[in-house]
Amino acid sequence: MTEQFVLQMQNISKTFPGVRALDTVNLEVRPGTVHALMGENGAGKSTLMKILIGMYQMDAGGAIVLDGQTAAIKDTASGLAHGISMIHQELSPVPEMTVAENIFLGREPTARFGLVSRKVMVDECRKLFDRWEIRINPSAKMRSLSIAQTQMVEIAKAISFDSRIIIMDEPTSAITEVEVAHLHRMIDQLRERGKAIIYITHKMDEVFKISDYVTVFRDGKLVNTLPAADLDRDKLIALMVGRELTEMFPKEHAEVGDVVLSVRGLNRGSLVKDVSFELRRGEILGFAGLMGAGRTEVLETLFGVAAAESGEIVVDGKSVRIKQPKDAIAAGLALLTEDRKLTGIMGVLSVRDNMIMAALPKYSPNGMLQKRRIEQVCEEQRKALALKTPSLNQHIQNLSGGNQQKVLISRWLLTLPEILMIDEPTRGIDVGAKSEIHRLMSALAKTGKAIIMVSSEMPEVLGMSDRVVVMHEGRVSGVVDRAEATQERIMQLATGTAGATGPADAA
Amino acid sequence: MATTTTADVKSKFDTAAFIKQYAIIGILIIFVVVLTFATGGKFLQTQNLLNVVTQVAAIGIIAIGMTFVIITLGIDLSVGSILAVAAVVSTSLAQLPSATAKYPDLHLPVIVAVLAGIAVGALAGWTNGFLIATFKIAPFIATLGMMSSARGLALIYSDGRPISRLDPTFNFLGQNAILGIPVPIIIFAIVAVTAHVILNYTRFGRHVYAIGGNEQAARVSGINLKRATIVIYTLCGLLAGIAGVISAGRIGSGNPQLGTGIELDAITAAVIGGTSFKGGIGTIWGTVIGALIIQSLNTGLVLLGMNDFVQMVVKGAIIIVAVILDERKNR
Repeated sequence: MTEQFVLQMQNISKTFPGVRALDTVNLEVRPGTVHALMGENGAGKSTLMKILIGMYQMDAGGAIVLDGQTAAIKDTASGLAHGISMIHQELSPVPEMTVAENIFLGREPTARFGLVSRKVMVDECRKLFDRWEIRINPSAKMRSLSIAQTQMVEIAKAISFDSRIIIMDEPTSAITEVEVAHLHRMIDQLRERGKAIIYITHKMDEVFKISDYVTVFRDGKLVNTLPAADLDRDKLIALMVGRELTEMFPKEHAEVGDVVLSVRGLNRGSLVKDVSFELRRGEILGFAGLMGAGRTEVLETLFGVAAAESGEIVVDGKSVRIKQPKDAIAAGLALLTEDRKLTGIMGVLSVRDNMIMAALPKYSPNGMLQKRRIEQVCEEQRKALALKTPSLNQHIQNLSGGNQQKVLISRWLLTLPEILMIDEPTRGIDVGAKSEIHRLMSALAKTGKAIIMVSSEMPEVLGMSDRVVVMHEGRVSGVVDRAEATQERIMQLATGTAGATGPADAA
Repeated sequence: MATTTTADVKSKFDTAAFIKQYAIIGILIIFVVVLTFATGGKFLQTQNLLNVVTQVAAIGIIAIGMTFVIITLGIDLSVGSILAVAAVVSTSLAQLPSATAKYPDLHLPVIVAVLAGIAVGALAGWTNGFLIATFKIAPFIATLGMMSSARGLALIYSDGRPISRLDPTFNFLGQNAILGIPVPIIIFAIVAVTAHVILNYTRFGRHVYAIGGNEQAARVSGINLKRATIVIYTLCGLLAGIAGVISAGRIGSGNPQLGTGIELDAITAAVIGGTSFKGGIGTIWGTVIGALIIQSLNTGLVLLGMNDFVQMVVKGAIIIVAVILDERKNR
């Protein structure tokens, strides 16, 4: 009975260097339904969808079957040709082009002599917008649109392909309630016309409101697919979390000492609003929240990557001014950034250079490198962290993700920081290296270092943190002690559904 | 995308990597051998070799500055024009007193003229760096502007004519020899060794590689990007200034047209010497050999009776081949 499914993804696996992102996943989607995909960040939902649209290629052994026929999807063009379109989480408009040009990018309607006809394009676009009650001028420059409008254009674009399968990756993360309601109406109509909607979201309410089926992912595996009617909030969370926390997180008890960092009324743009908290020696302070809640931005602001608009940062009782990362390093702060590739590793530089970079002033007091000392401390770090590299001369880009992360941890340990801020310490790292890094964090806390850990992985937050600061839309929505920290409690605070517990209990 | 796992790192001596790394020396040797046979031995004669090396000084010194710039993912198109400015300024201060001299009554110690030329080069380079770091202008654009402006200033300053009748001591830098070694070669060697030390043995050198390796990561690591950028372009301009003074000394006059097109030779030398246009990679010794290859080619093709036009074609082909090899080596 394969005909009842518009899509069957069979035995799909995907391996990235050092990580198995998807492990023999089987997903079946019926036409005329909304099929929600749920799971923590990095559980594999987006990867699976990127395979479906042809952006990634799956490992050998899997198959994609569309309406009963096996399809080879080599690239995004062939994905579209097979009737699959996607609204991406990261918006990708060409800002200098008009709305209509963006909608028809790559398939511009032509008039005589094969020339692109602007008029036809604008007319077609207007028809599309009228049909879906979107009130945006097709001739406006993309640049002039708000984020919500941009999102609506992307949605309209995905629909305009008249695909049989439309994938929406967190389409409501950037739009207001009015537009959400609008989008849900559009989805209802598409469903009635027999389209299959695959809907990725973190918002529980949304799932129960619009979806017919729910598939839960965890650690690259498909946990289960169930009719939404058979599920409730608790069951769904249980499916998403579902693992023994105690074994994975070797958090040891560390003596919590004096306050070493206190942040008061920190502000920067819309993502850091009146953030205050305190951090003590020996403490691991978790930062939880949904994507875009402002956690990373808080760390960046503290570290001087972007300047704070207002607020006070007190380190060891002294108020410090941090205008650039150099100031932060001097004040005893260290920041291991979220995106290893973008802001972490210097790919073609050696492991040694990558390790020593932030601590250089300590190892070149008059500008000349103290090569022997550098060699010595790097070698020590290599042993202490059980770094797997043939030599310190190796280009860091040839190391696995876990080993790269260890090098970056060394980079910051060598600056001898009092406060170590780690953004997503184990993202994209295999399980073995993960627990090594967790052990290391525990050990550091024991020696009296204070650690701030931003993590989107709930088990990590619950397993490693002494306290958890939860953020929602740029604000601290609550601070939870380890003893009281549960997934449900944190989720409530992160989604802003926790009721009247304000940031009053911060500190 | 490679399907590598945790312990995926090569540990044994990698012959292929070694060959790729040092292939450039082999290429230079092949070049010399081929040119020697093709010219019936003329290429290897001491006088010709000295010519090659003497002439390579200007290109090589500039290519060294260019190496710093390219490692940081930048480019400096203005070096040829800066060279000309340095040449006209320094020669104008080193003229023998006469009614036709730029400053008829001026007679300064030659060292002042030399230092003034170098200082003007450094100033122009500083301007490049300041514009790039402060206004976030693409280095290509900022230095393209300087390329035109500096050439114009050199022409204005010299009324478009070579500045000649120089104090004979001035020509020392370009024409004389110490212990039989031409002075330009000595200066080139000093510059190369100094640059090598800076890149490999100082904190600043590490910053240069870090910025090219990953600018954002460098910034988060506490590196002052603005200051480093300004220093790097100042250094590049200063070296162009030195090249300008040597070039003027070699021909015995300050010609405002000096150095036209030298930026291409310098970029070519750096690139065939292994400096990566993707940043973070490059060595001084590689650039020095690259410059020698370029100059052997220039001289060799002349000895073979080929004209400038053919040389341009050959050089163009070489830079493209070098970049293709670089691409395969590094990513």
